[in-house]
Order: sequence, then structure tokens, then C-alpha cells
Amino acid sequence: MPALAELEAAYAKARRDPSFRKEFKSYLREYVGRETPLYFAERLTRQIGGAKIYLKREDLCHTGAHKINNTIGQILLARRMGKQRIIAETGAGQHGVATATVAARFGLTCEIFMGKEDIRRQALNVFRMKLLGAKVRAVEAGSQTLKDAMNEALRDWVTNVRSTYYLIGSVAGPHPYPMMVRDFQSVIGAEARRQILKKEGRLPDYLVACVGGGSNSMGLFYPFVRDRGVKMLGVEAAGHGIPTGKHSASIQGGAVGILHGSKSYVLQNDRGQITETHSIAAGLDYPGVGPELSYLRDSGRVEFASATDRDAIAAIKLLAEVEGIIPALESAHAIAAVAKVARRLTSRQVVIVNLSGRGDKDMMTVGEYLGVKL
Amino acid sequence: MSGPQSYSRNVVSSLAMLKREQKLQTMNRIGKKFTELKQRGETALIPFITAGDPDLDITLEIMKALAEAGADCIELGIPFSDPTADGPTIQRSSERALKRPVSLPAIFRLVKRFRASFDVPVVLFGYYNPFFRLGLEKFAREAAHAGADGVLCVDLPPEESAELKHWTDAFGLDLIFLLSPTSDAKRIQQVARASRGFIYYVSVTGVTGARRSFDDQLRAQVARVRRESSLPIGVGFGISTPEQAAWIAGFADAAVVGSALVERIEKTQDRKKKAKQAGAFVAQLKRALRQAARLA
Repeated sequence: MPALAELEAAYAKARRDPSFRKEFKSYLREYVGRETPLYFAERLTRQIGGAKIYLKREDLCHTGAHKINNTIGQILLARRMGKQRIIAETGAGQHGVATATVAARFGLTCEIFMGKEDIRRQALNVFRMKLLGAKVRAVEAGSQTLKDAMNEALRDWVTNVRSTYYLIGSVAGPHPYPMMVRDFQSVIGAEARRQILKKEGRLPDYLVACVGGGSNSMGLFYPFVRDRGVKMLGVEAAGHGIPTGKHSASIQGGAVGILHGSKSYVLQNDRGQITETHSIAAGLDYPGVGPELSYLRDSGRVEFASATDRDAIAAIKLLAEVEGIIPALESAHAIAAVAKVARRLTSRQVVIVNLSGRGDKDMMTVGEYLGVKL
Repeated sequence: MSGPQSYSRNVVSSLAMLKREQKLQTMNRIGKKFTELKQRGETALIPFITAGDPDLDITLEIMKALAEAGADCIELGIPFSDPTADGPTIQRSSERALKRPVSLPAIFRLVKRFRASFDVPVVLFGYYNPFFRLGLEKFAREAAHAGADGVLCVDLPPEESAELKHWTDAFGLDLIFLLSPTSDAKRIQQVARASRGFIYYVSVTGVTGARRSFDDQLRAQVARVRRESSLPIGVGFGISTPEQAAWIAGFADAAVVGSALVERIEKTQDRKKKAKQAGAFVAQLKRALRQAARLA
């Protein structure tokens, strides 16, 4: 708790500090490669038939996903706080890579906690992290996935709290993380809003993003929350299908609970034990979801849908074939849902999908799913 | 057991005082135990075990053995799937317990069976989600009716605890909070205000688990807490030997021993001998504390 209070105070100060904001923006531009394009997916639009589909190309960020927007913000904060050692949890490895990257860039020690099962699924990202100088610590407890990695990172943090900064990758965990990660990721929505006004002269009708913990969706949605005419759709991972119980759809298949220091929708049994999740996308394999997203769902501001493993694979193939873009398995869930949403709309309407990451890291998994030996 | 009580600010002060006095008279088992030990100049021994490791029947046997060996209070761990405050020993213990669908009502029945023959206070030590899922009112009511005396919810800081505290107060359960070496003066005051029964001082920064040595600062840190509160102070996390317990006795009102005990239970292969081994270890610790009291 004192560590959270220290972090909260440091962030409150940095947030108001123009030099911090300037520094953050400068790294986003020079190092991450922002702004990312808002790309009109012309052939996808034609193929689906309905609303115009724009892709917010977060896959073009340095390291291949939106995760780095947040790690840049937090590493700048960690430096201000004088912390020498950075720890992080990771599921798919994208946040781990983004953390290892910024730690290398600023010369800080870095340790990444990752479930043993995820290490197996994401061997490429594990290698990337090591190449970036980070130590990857295998977590063998529980289901050996993201939540267990987070448990272990929290344990490490309370043990080494004086020297260590815990860099959480999603809008989950205890306050102030959900707020802070949302703020850093809001660059996605802020840019998209500006870009669509320029290209279409109007705001979009729909925003679509995949939801695991919720960082890319909050990043896209947040700057539009007050734009009443803009509908928002969060897409959760239905895995083998929500009725099978093998999924990661916390909002649609869970109940209100407390996990990792926040109250939100959580996948749990009737005894309050957190249940194991499944998704082909390791980055969505988390039994909780950001508390603010849960709130936006309860207030009716954000709608939710889901896509199965199979839908995601089909969406990867679709986007690869018609646009020449291979999305990450996580982002493919959003693509799968947009196909359904856009079809219901007219050609004068506009949808923005957050293409949160690129699919290079997933080629082994996709190959395995399709029965192709690589 | 006292029923739900709500104190209205409008009540004349004499009535409030009367009620406070009644409260003292109805002081629960934790308060009575500490008062009794204080008179003897003795430090309380609080062993921790996980409910359901390896099953609830054996847990009952272990609880009885602990009580007979001189435990002054038992911390009964409620197993949770994601024990973020626990080190590997208690994590494994939790995992073993959760191999069966161990529920809170089943744990309450366990406490009730223990309470039928023992007066040793029981503190339920767990994580918030299982309590929350059962419903906080139901949780507090059933825990109190079963004969539990206190609740320690490791992942619930005082600023988020109003709802749980409302119900634990209403049913006469002591809600216990943690302090640690990183807690500042403001935090200490806040926890001192919110706590009932005793204050649990976490001896190290980190998770539960046996440790070889302690920071010399510990004594001073406990003294710092004592300046802010008249409640007894228990020290835990890492205490694993009779010598360490005796050292703790020099400045704290209770020593909590968890992982070292849980490990003994784990390593005793024969299920029938687990309770006996646990009892023997606790008797050893208790002897050290009694000796420390005599020397003081």
C-alpha cells in the first residue's frame, strides 16, 4: 500500500508537469514512431459490405503493438522516482517485450515474469526479451499464465519495493494503474479522433477493440467517451465458446469480484476462487478486466461481444488476404467482430477498429491450429 | 455473540458509555486471551494453518493438537487460488486444499466442531474475493455463529474496508489489519484506528515464508506502532524457530508462525501423524515463549 501511495503521488505530479508530457510525446514520436496511421481498409470494407472500416495501425508501433505507449510513459515515471529495477508481468509477451525494450533504452535492470505455459506458447517473444537484456522468470504456480505471472510480480514488488518499479501492462491491478495505463494509452483514441475528423469530417459510428485486461480498448475508447453518438464495442475472447467454460470473457461470463487489487468482473466459481481461462490469444488470457471498462459496461456506454478461437483464426486469414496485413491473434478478435458490426451498417457509416498488434509473434500458434508444421 | 448494533450519534453520551462498558464485558475471546497473557507477562503464540490442507477432517485434528500444545489463538487460512501475499510454502498449501471444492460454509462447520471442545480464539485469514462472493453479511454472521473471533483480509486495505468492517463489527468479530516496515506514520495511525483485537505487524517487506534472520530495526518499528495504539501487536511473516519466537517475545505481544508450521505438516507424509507433528512443533515454540517470559 505505501508503494501504491508513493506511485500515486509521483504520477499525480508528473501528470500535471508540462515537461513530463513533453518528454512522453517526444519519445512517442521519435522512438515509438507515432502517430500511427488511421488506415482506410478499402478491400475489407468492400468484402464485408456495409460501413467504411478504418484500422488504427498500432501494429506499426515499435515492437509491434500498442503496449509500448504505456511502457514509455511508465518508464519515464520510474526514472523520476529514482527506481533502478523494473519488473513486469506478461502474457503474450508483447508487454514483456515493450518493457524490456524501454528498460534497455534507459539502461535499467529488467525482470519479466511469465507463466511457464505462455513461455512455451510465445517462444519468439521470450527470445526477444532476452536479446533485449531482460531476465525472464518462469512462473510455475497455478495455471502458469498471465494472472499467475501477475501474482508473482506483485510478490516480487512487495519484497523489493524500495528499489523496484512494477510496470503493469494493462488497465488492471490496483489504483493508480488502471487510470495511469488508460492515460498513456489514450494517445490511440486521441489520434484516431483527430484523424477521422480530418478524413471523414465527422466522428465514427462505432469503435471496436479486443478486450483482455482492456488497455488497447480503453486507449481507443476513452477520448470518445463523451461523444454520445459514438458507439463502442469491446470484444472478449470466447475461446472454445462461452458456454463451454473454456474462455476468457470476464465481462460476459464472469461475476463481480476482487482480483489484483481492483473490483471488477472476474471469472470465478461460486466459491470465489478465480478460474482458469482459455484463449488462443495469450494476451487475452486473463480472468479479470479493467475496473473502468466494467463500469462503462454497467453504465451501458460500452457494448460487448465475443469471438472464438476459430473466429480469430478466420479473421487473421481474412485480413491477411484482403489487406495484406497479418494482425495479432488478440487484434484478430476485433476484426472478427467488426465483420458482423459493419455488415449491419450503411456505407455512409464509419467504424474504427483498433489493430492493436501485428501477428508475427503468433505464426507458430496459428500454424499449429491450422495443422501446418513450420 | 452480540447481534447487529448501530450506534446513533444522537444517543445521549451516558448511554453510549454504558454500551461501551457492556462491550468490554462482552470482550471476545481474542481480547480476553491477550488480557490474560499480559497478566502473566507472556507473549501469545499464534500458529497459522491452511483450512483443508490436506482435508478438513485433518485440519480439525491439527487445530485440536495446536490448542492442546498451547496455541493462544489459531490463524485459520482460507485457501485462495491467487494468494499474492504468500510465499511458495503457503501457496502450495492453498493449492493442496483447493484440490477439493473447500467452501467457506464447510470451513465454518470446521470452526464450529473445533469450538465445541476448545476455547482458543480463531482468526480467519484470507483474501477478499471468497468473502465477497459469499456476501459480507452472510460471511460475518456465519463466521461469528460458528465461533470464529477475528478476520484478517490480507488484500483489503483499511480505506476499502468499510463494508466488511460494518458487518464484522455488527457480529462482534475483530477485523485485523496489517502494518509493514514501509508503513508511514499516517498509515500506522489509520491502521491503529481501524483495527480490533490486535495489530498484525509484518516483520519484513515481502511475502510469507520462513526466514533465517530479521532486521535489527524490527524492535524499533514495533515500538513505533505501540506509540500509536494500545492494542496488542502481533509480529509475523518469517518466524520459523523457537529462538526467533523468543526474540520476538522481547518486544511484541504475539508471535505468528505460519510457513514453518505448514511446511512441517506438508513434510509429514503419514496423514495420521500430521496433527501430532504440528502439535509437537507448537509445544516447542510455546516453551520458548514461556521461558522468555520467565527470563524477562
